[in-house]
Amino acid sequence: MDAAALALSLKLAGLTTLVLLAVGLPLAWWLTVSRFRGKVLVEAVVALPLVLPPTVLGFYLLTGLGPRSPAGRAFEALAGHPFPFSFAGLLVASVLYSLPFAVQPFAAALAGVDRRLVEASHTLGVSRLGTFLRVTLPLAWPGVLAGAVLSFAHTLGEFGVVLMVGGNIPGKTRTLAVAIFDHVEALEYAAAHRTAGLLLAISFGVLTLVYALQRRPAFRWNER
Amino acid sequence: MERALTFDVARRFPRGPTIRARASWPLGREAVTVLFGPSGSGKTTVLRALAGLDRPDAGAISFGGEAWFDADRRVFVPPQARGIGLLFQDHALFPHLSVAANVGYGLHRLPRAARAARVAEVAERIGIRELLPRRPGQLSGGQRQRVALARALAPRPRLLLLDEPLSALDAPTREALRGELRHLLEASGVPAVVVTHDRTEALALGDRLAVLLDGTVRQVGPVHEVFSAPVDAEVARVVGTENVFPSRLLRRHDGLAVVRAGAAELVALDPGGVEDEAYACVRAEDVVLEPHDGEHATSAQNRLAGVVAARRDEGPLVRITVDVGVRLVALVTRASAERLGLVAGREVTAMVKAPSVRLVPRRA
Repeated sequence: MDAAALALSLKLAGLTTLVLLAVGLPLAWWLTVSRFRGKVLVEAVVALPLVLPPTVLGFYLLTGLGPRSPAGRAFEALAGHPFPFSFAGLLVASVLYSLPFAVQPFAAALAGVDRRLVEASHTLGVSRLGTFLRVTLPLAWPGVLAGAVLSFAHTLGEFGVVLMVGGNIPGKTRTLAVAIFDHVEALEYAAAHRTAGLLLAISFGVLTLVYALQRRPAFRWNER
Repeated sequence: MERALTFDVARRFPRGPTIRARASWPLGREAVTVLFGPSGSGKTTVLRALAGLDRPDAGAISFGGEAWFDADRRVFVPPQARGIGLLFQDHALFPHLSVAANVGYGLHRLPRAARAARVAEVAERIGIRELLPRRPGQLSGGQRQRVALARALAPRPRLLLLDEPLSALDAPTREALRGELRHLLEASGVPAVVVTHDRTEALALGDRLAVLLDGTVRQVGPVHEVFSAPVDAEVARVVGTENVFPSRLLRRHDGLAVVRAGAAELVALDPGGVEDEAYACVRAEDVVLEPHDGEHATSAQNRLAGVVAARRDEGPLVRITVDVGVRLVALVTRASAERLGLVAGREVTAMVKAPSVRLVPRRA
């Protein structure tokens, strides 16, 4: 069993989800309230990882944040190590790669909250941020949870970006998906079966959870 | 100088009408101003501009000398800082919060104990104390309305704005709540602006009426005055051809209510709910005129002797104002007017059947 790879995958997926909540929620909020004309460009950029091969993203990250680029040198100065083949580099790549899986459900959920409730909150003297925390987020939480779970599952299963940016360093950048690739390359089918089955079970469980959350009439405020 | 609410706002919609509304009224004792007009006349646009939820394209809004909006000076006070309470048409209660949390929502700056005390105080006054632990989903339409009012009043707003407050309710509830809402608005002591297209609602709730037509304010005045003396034919068409008299209940008998309007007594069907003050409404086309000396008996309960005070010809119809102790407007055909010689100074008797006198209670 690849305990180290499993631990690394879970750690990467968990951290990626946390970063996406911190970055994706404000971004999704901005997308729902902004009347900025260039918004479509931002929406398109957010959705790009859905259609691009992961290798393209990985390639640009490697060249853009590599040791020879200014951004890469800045990264190195801050993190103390070069961007490629590091866990931090992997995290940045994962966040970008899973961005649409978080931001799109977030934005849909936030946009689904009745605008008049937001306005009612404003007329009652509560700031925009306060309204977001006290009205919008509590009412949108099923969609926010779905987005968080989806990005967690998506990060667990990513392969191309990990290989491009992270390489295959056991305990550091060798995730479950990469471990399976290694097993198959080495013709260790039994080990590949165990790891693949584990990933399948986790992914299936997570997706079942997401659909169950969305199917349920969202929340049961009235019965409580 | 008396404190006043003054607005002069312009708002253009890409594929719609342009609203250019201006009006001003004192924030005095006559508390409730009704913004009255047909749908599409710009009422809601004005209300949203007053609330700060919409930013007009041009103009200015000032409240008691305080600039809320001024396009030229680039002033825009956000809704949070205006100290208003807004009652939405569909009430817009927060579904994930209890009634108590809804009412206390705008009190976030108060310490917990003070907040609870204020919620209890407002709930007591509005009569929703037993609803406090419930969720909005468990409330009837009328209860929701009261909770929404309590939520708006709790932070002690300086101005209350109500958007079609009764239209989301079913007819029986609306009937029951109309008088009660007037009573609550009066008791709150907060100046209010009510948007409505419903005449009965305007009469029951308002002290002052501002008529909006095609995006402009056409007439502002005491409710009965605007209804009885519209400034032009268009306003008359919108408010209807009604005689509206402030009146006082004198007595009841046999299911009838007798009220005093000006120097005249009018017999009306008793609608119930009239305590003291009411508006007596008579449509001009329901008034029959006959010569003073006519002696034949009729079934009309109201026979009011008077003198023709004014005459205005309107195509095939003639609008006759008769002074019968109040100025009663009758709408008769030109042929009848000629036959009876209805000119100023002519003595006539006006007849109105009791069921044609509609009483709108002014107090719960």
